Amino acid sequence: MRVLGLETSCDETGVAVYDSERGLLAHVLYTQIALHAEYGGVVPELASRDHVRKLLPLINEVMEKSDTGPADIDAIAYTSGPGLVGALMVGASFGRSLAYAWKVPAIGVHHMEGHLLAPMLEANPPEFPFVALLVSGGHTQLVKVNSLGDYELLGESIDDAAGEAFDKAAKMLDLDYPGGPQVARLAERGVDGRFKFPRPMVDRPGLDFSFSGLKTATLTAVNANKQANGLPDDQTCADIANAFQAAVVDTLVIKCKRALEQTGMKTLVIAGGVSANKKLRADLDSELAKIGAKVFYARHEFCTDNGAMIAYAGCQRLLAGQHETLAINIKARWPLDSLSSL
Amino acid sequence: MSLILALDTSTDACSVALNADGVITSLFEVAAKSHTQRLLPMVDELLKAKGCELTDLDAIAFGRGPGSFTGLRICAGIVQGLAFGASLPVIPVSTLEAMALGFYRANPDIHLPLAVALDARMNEVYWGLCARSGELVEPLVAEQVISPDVVVASTEVARLHGDFIGIGPGWHYPAMQTLATVNKVLNVHPHAENMALIAAKLFAEGKVVSALEAQPVYLRDSVSWQKRQRIRDSNDFLV
Repeated sequence: MRVLGLETSCDETGVAVYDSERGLLAHVLYTQIALHAEYGGVVPELASRDHVRKLLPLINEVMEKSDTGPADIDAIAYTSGPGLVGALMVGASFGRSLAYAWKVPAIGVHHMEGHLLAPMLEANPPEFPFVALLVSGGHTQLVKVNSLGDYELLGESIDDAAGEAFDKAAKMLDLDYPGGPQVARLAERGVDGRFKFPRPMVDRPGLDFSFSGLKTATLTAVNANKQANGLPDDQTCADIANAFQAAVVDTLVIKCKRALEQTGMKTLVIAGGVSANKKLRADLDSELAKIGAKVFYARHEFCTDNGAMIAYAGCQRLLAGQHETLAINIKARWPLDSLSSL
Repeated sequence: MSLILALDTSTDACSVALNADGVITSLFEVAAKSHTQRLLPMVDELLKAKGCELTDLDAIAFGRGPGSFTGLRICAGIVQGLAFGASLPVIPVSTLEAMALGFYRANPDIHLPLAVALDARMNEVYWGLCARSGELVEPLVAEQVISPDVVVASTEVARLHGDFIGIGPGWHYPAMQTLATVNKVLNVHPHAENMALIAAKLFAEGKVVSALEAQPVYLRDSVSWQKRQRIRDSNDFLV
C-alpha cells in the first residue's frame, strides 16, 4: 500500500510518499520559519496562506522524486489535529478532495501519533510496547504505548512545554527565532556547573513536569549578570544556556527512567522537536544503558514536523481498515488517548 | 458548450452548482462553521444526481473572494484537490460579481448599477460596483477593502448621484446606511449558481488557470497579524 502524507498543522508544509512494502520513498518539506521570524512566533493567518500556496508544488515534487503516479497511490493521509485550525483545514480540505478525485481512501492522522511513530521510519525501529516521551514546543508528555493506537498518559507538564521553555530562555538571551536550537548551540560553549538551576518536581513522586520555575531561575541569572547592553557577557550567556539545558535534560531523563521503572518496560521512544537535542539523546543513551533499557529516536529531520510521519501513521491506519467519510473533520484539540486502537 | 462545476464557501453560505450548457442545478445551505463538513458531500450529491463524474467536467469554478479568509481557503483547497486530481482547469470568480448577478437574476427589471458590500470586520467592507452586461455583469471599479467612511466620500459613488442599489450584508454599517440610494438590500449572499454562469463565459474566453493558481483573493493583505505561540497545548491530552 502506498500512501501520500500531508502535514500542515503549524508552520511547516510537509509531503511524503510511504510504501508499506518498500518504506519511505520520498519526502519534502517547506518551512515558514523566515515568514514568522519578524513576529517572533507563528502567525496563524500567514501560516494558512502559505500552506495553500506551497502544498501543490510540494506534491508535484514528491511524486516525481518517488517516481509515483496518481494510479500508484492507495490512500491520502493528512494531519487532522491537533494544531492551528486554519492551517489544518488547508491540508485536510486539499487531501480529502484529492482522495475523492483519485477514488482512494482518505485518512485523518493525529499529529502527535505521527511524531510518536516517526522512529518507526528508521532502520532499527522499536517494538511495542514502549514508553514514549513526546517533547516539543507544545507538549511534554510521557505516554505508555501498548500497541498502535493504544495510548495511556503517564504524566505531562503542568505548565510550559519543554520546547516552550527553550524558546523563552532564548528570548531572555536575545537569540534569534526560533530560539530552542540556538540555546542548545550556545550551551555547548558553556562551562558546566557555573550556574546551577533547579530540577523541578524531581523530588516529588509522579511523572508530571513543570518548567516555569526554571524559567524564573534563568531570568534571575540573566538579570544578576547583565551589562550596559542589558545582557550578560558572551561567555556568561553560554554558561546560563548550559545550566538551563542541563536542568531541562536532567528533569526529562529522571522522569523517563522513573516511567520505565513504573511500567517495567525497557524501551523508550523520544519524539517531537526537543528529541533532536543532542544532550538529551546522549544522556538518555548513557543513563538508560545503566538500567538495561534502550532509547529510540528518529533522525533529526523527522523530530520536527514532517510529512513522512503522517504518511507512515496513515499507512498503518489504512492497513487496519480505517478511513474518513466525505465530511472533513478538523480537531484543534484532540486528546491522544482518545484515539481508537488498531 | 461546457459542463462546469462551481463551489463557494466565501461567506456563511455553502453552495455547489452545475452548469450544463446553461442549464443550472445547485445545492445551497447556510452552514456557518461547518463548510468542511458539508462542501464535499454536496459536490458528491450534485454530481451523482446528474449522473456525472468529475472527469466529465470541463472546468471547476470557485468563489475566489473576497470573503471569509478561512472559507476562501477551504474552497480553494478543495478545488485544488479536485482539479489537480481530475486534471481540470480552474476558473476563479469574484464573490462580489456573483452576488450582483444573483440580484439581477432575481430582479430582471432592475437595470441600475449595484454597489456590493460584504462586511470585512475591523470597520471595513469588501466593496465593488457592478452593472448589467447582457446576461451577466461587469465590474465598474476595482474591488477593494475600505472603510464605510471612504465609501461614502468616494468619487465613484458621487458620480452615481444616488442612482444605484446597495446590496450585501456590508451595508449594515451606519455610515453606509446614511448614503442616498434607490434601495438597500442587505440579504444578498454569494451563490455558486452565479459563479457557474459567470464561469461558462470565462471558460469560453479561455480564462482558466491551473489547480495551483486556484488561490483566494483576500484583498486584505497587510494588517497587524496576531501571533499565537502556543500551538498545541497540553490540554490535547485531557479528555
